[in-house]
Amino acid sequence: MERHFQKELESLKTSLVKMGSVVEESIATAIRSLMEKKTELAAKVIETDKRIDALEIEIDNAIIDLLALQQPVASDLRFILAALKINNDLERIGDHAVNIAQAAQILCTIPNADLLDEIPKMAEITRNMLKDAIDSFILLDPAKARIVLTTDDQIDNLNRTVIKTVIDQLKSNKQTAECGLEISLISRNMERVADLATNIAEEVIFHTQARVVKHHAEDRR
Amino acid sequence: MSSEQSIIETHSLNLYYGKFHALKDINLAIQAQRITALIGPSGCGKSTLVRVFNRMNDLIESVRVTGEVLVEGRNIFAPETDLITLRKEVGMVFQRPNPFPLSIRDNLTFGLEIHSDYSKQNHTEIIEQSLKDVLLWNDMKDRLSQTALNLSLEQQQRLCIARVLAMKPQIILMDEPCSALDPIATLRIEELMQELKKNYTIVIVTHNMQQAARASDYTAFLYLGELIEFGETKHIFSAPEQKKTEEYITGRFG
Repeated sequence: MERHFQKELESLKTSLVKMGSVVEESIATAIRSLMEKKTELAAKVIETDKRIDALEIEIDNAIIDLLALQQPVASDLRFILAALKINNDLERIGDHAVNIAQAAQILCTIPNADLLDEIPKMAEITRNMLKDAIDSFILLDPAKARIVLTTDDQIDNLNRTVIKTVIDQLKSNKQTAECGLEISLISRNMERVADLATNIAEEVIFHTQARVVKHHAEDRR
Repeated sequence: MSSEQSIIETHSLNLYYGKFHALKDINLAIQAQRITALIGPSGCGKSTLVRVFNRMNDLIESVRVTGEVLVEGRNIFAPETDLITLRKEVGMVFQRPNPFPLSIRDNLTFGLEIHSDYSKQNHTEIIEQSLKDVLLWNDMKDRLSQTALNLSLEQQQRLCIARVLAMKPQIILMDEPCSALDPIATLRIEELMQELKKNYTIVIVTHNMQQAARASDYTAFLYLGELIEFGETKHIFSAPEQKKTEEYITGRFG
């Protein structure tokens, strides 16, 4: 017997997958605007954020209805709780895409701005983490989710390197303050996107395996 | 769970109605002063199991039981078991409120009259205390001589619980105690159960999964006569171990 409720769960998942693809695209576009110095792409990211915000509210409302009307339990309950958090995480990632796009717009006006070697590396790793996190949710694949968890350290290390390099450059007058500030902001925003991708992966593990892995909960046991 | 004390234990319990194998190798430990819910689809054996605990099934001719059931450490199927004493210790509340066609007072004293160890002078006190325990005292104290059959269904069910309490049992078995009640009366009986568990152990059979989730501390899921899963209710309803339990409580069954 397939219940009407299961169709509603499927529909919630479809909405989240849609939200995920819009956010993934937004991050990709923000990074392209930075790398290719295209301000029109940055403007597109800022415009897309309105759509992401609207999707977030739509999904939140669907979740409130499901909780109020269906009293879900067990894996259904865990799925809906995971969906609630992933929805929030995706919306935040959309905001970071806007931050990166706005920094890109400023950097476009600075001739010969030095992006450092680390920024393109971070961009690639962050995009892959986000893609894997969203894929792990679509496929309900905890093994894929765990790959995201293990990758986060790389981004943290690159972020620290960027900040240190920018400080060194500023001290030795090899970088303008304006450019250095934007570079470190971009690095910081990418690091946050990686953290949120990690959160999504953690929620996938919670939903599929009923295990809490955030804050190194497994190591502490 | 190990830190708590079990008041009912079954060891390799099997029950047959003639050739029908109704309970299959049930091993279960019910904790004292906790509410344990038995859930499962119709015919899974949950009512049969709850009726084992005070040997109500003895009334059915073709019943055969193997294995052990310990209530407070004593095997209730041992030859020396006194059924009257057992059923005083392990009281039962049924699906339909079933007050005797007597006055409210006589409903409560009926059991006391049978048991010689309750002296007459205590009756007034026992009546008052039992009615207070089920929150009926204020409404009933001036009409104890009136017939119990004119009470509302909820009041009748409360009176039936009070009738069990009058016998000072250790364990109260409830077989679908709210299925004849409306949702508000149901919630009030559930609240009463939370009060009662301070002094009594409650085992409740319910078809209503939300009721099991709301009202119980432990849940046992039975299917086709087998105990599929037993554990803390919050665990069963958030992350059950067994696929069958998951399918049943999420309504993906059959």
